[in-house]
Amino acid sequence: MEDIVITARDLKKVYKMGEMEVHALRGVSLEIKRGEVVAIMGASGSGKSTLMNTLGCLDLPTSGEYILDDEVVADLNDDQLADIRNRKVGFVFQSFNLLPRSSALSNVELPLRYSSTTEGRKEKARLALEAVGLGDRIKHRPTELSGGQQQRVAIARALVNDPSIVMADEPTGNLDSKVGQEIMDLLLNLNKKSGTTLIIITHDPKIAAQTERVIRLHDGRVREEKTE
Amino acid sequence: MNIWQPVIEALESLNGNKVRSSLTILGIVIGVAAVIAMLALGAGAQDTILGSLSGIGTNLLFVFRGGEDESIRNPEPLTIGDAEALADEFAAPSIEAVAPVIQGNAEVSFSGEASTVTLTGVTPAYFPARNYKIDEGEEITEEHILGRASVVLLGVEVADKLFDRREGLTGEIIRVEGQPFRVIGVLEERGGGMMGSQDNEILIPFSTAQARILRRSPADKVDIIFVQATDADSVISAEEEISQIISQRHRTAVGENDFTVFSQQDMVDTASSITGILTVFIGGIAAISLLVGGIGIMNIMLVSVTERTREIGLRKALGARKRDILTQFLIESSLLSLVGGLIGIALGWGIGFVVGIVATNSGTPFEPVVGLDAVLLATLFSAAVGLFFGIYPANRAANLVPVEALRYE
Repeated sequence: MEDIVITARDLKKVYKMGEMEVHALRGVSLEIKRGEVVAIMGASGSGKSTLMNTLGCLDLPTSGEYILDDEVVADLNDDQLADIRNRKVGFVFQSFNLLPRSSALSNVELPLRYSSTTEGRKEKARLALEAVGLGDRIKHRPTELSGGQQQRVAIARALVNDPSIVMADEPTGNLDSKVGQEIMDLLLNLNKKSGTTLIIITHDPKIAAQTERVIRLHDGRVREEKTE
Repeated sequence: MNIWQPVIEALESLNGNKVRSSLTILGIVIGVAAVIAMLALGAGAQDTILGSLSGIGTNLLFVFRGGEDESIRNPEPLTIGDAEALADEFAAPSIEAVAPVIQGNAEVSFSGEASTVTLTGVTPAYFPARNYKIDEGEEITEEHILGRASVVLLGVEVADKLFDRREGLTGEIIRVEGQPFRVIGVLEERGGGMMGSQDNEILIPFSTAQARILRRSPADKVDIIFVQATDADSVISAEEEISQIISQRHRTAVGENDFTVFSQQDMVDTASSITGILTVFIGGIAAISLLVGGIGIMNIMLVSVTERTREIGLRKALGARKRDILTQFLIESSLLSLVGGLIGIALGWGIGFVVGIVATNSGTPFEPVVGLDAVLLATLFSAAVGLFFGIYPANRAANLVPVEALRYE
């Protein structure tokens, strides 16, 4: 039997905006195997952000079942969700989202501070920075780093707690194509080395082409699934 | 490490906005300094007043003419006879000494220097009862009373005015209301009192004052009878004995005494309750500025929460629980108020100290008292202000929805 890390069954998400009900997800079912590299594509308004938030445990679905790495994510309270995000999910954002006043090392260390890890946090953070090729920049602040370097710090931060999945939301969106490609190479490399499941939300076909599997969303439903 | 990490982080964040943090702290500094200075000055004033009150005598009671309210018509004057009746140790065992006095203003002069002073006609019992001591010479004795002697004791201020010196005055002749009096001594300096300087005073024998300077009608009338109780415990029984004896002599109905007995303790109680109320009052006004400082903290923390919405969203995405965010912001606001409180205590202390020096230099010996209680109160209060006004913004931060916070521009 294959090792499944994400199981989603008939996920629905309804937002209430005043009197109007907005159906962001209209029943999404999917399975993602451990170690897979998956791209989620779709036009804006297709529900891909909502899907990412749900899969990343930032938000709960209105209905449906979601199992992340053998943990049933439903009816969890805020603190339990925070705990799952901390242990199982690594986020990489389009705009990096680093703390501007903290060093690269402190930024990478941040998830460990919110986990029960008490010892060797600095060492773990340093190793993660080395793994993304920034071993010599650990004292630098984000403002002293280039965009590509900042995204590398963010990737190190996503990986430091050894998560089950890494959610990357347009990871190359704020970078030029050359640097963007370097970041993609880094992500794919890390996936090969450590086998961390990688989910990339993107609208760039070039990025999607480099993944093993593409999930296209349209109007809150999975429209087509192409496996290479 | 785990405990200090959030504190260091909060310091970094406050440090990142130095001007804003300093201005917020300044609000608390002013509030705490005002509270500390006001409480210190209040406590100092209380000490000074109580000190001067306890200086006027020991276990002392005052008997005045006139009832406690205006309904008593035509009060009989107090007389020498009343004073003698109080001195009866069988009728009034709680009374140690009785000192009737008559008091008025008189002009004194010496070789062209003239001055208006308070003249008090006293008996020998006056000196122990009122704690009067003399620097040189002798006290007024029974012989002076019997002989209606023209002798006078000078207060130091009178000595300064007439002679420009305080020593070697015994034997000099001065004029009191134009009549020659021989100086027999100089009184010890007593300092300022509640009713003006107590050093601008001369004492002469009671009988001399009655016969030659302050003529009263009836002739045996006295102004105040000072009564000294045997000890502190017998002050109350002495008060009862005085009431009983004089109301009998004046034949007043029960509850309609035409005289008033007032004890030193009553004065101390009245004075300390007045100064206490004043201290609370001005301290309360000062506390308002502390409150305003607290609102400043809340305002700044709210701005900070809004500014850092994305950061809060990120922290939540990385696994921060509500509690973590709440703690982070509460530590920041508490640090603001705590630092402000510490600086404020030092500043308030300094203000009280300076006011004390200024007051002492301008003739009122006065020492502000910064009590440990005031320091503790200010510290706790400012920390509480930080926590209280930090809770609302911190809660707002902690309750942000991560999805929306991350999307916030």
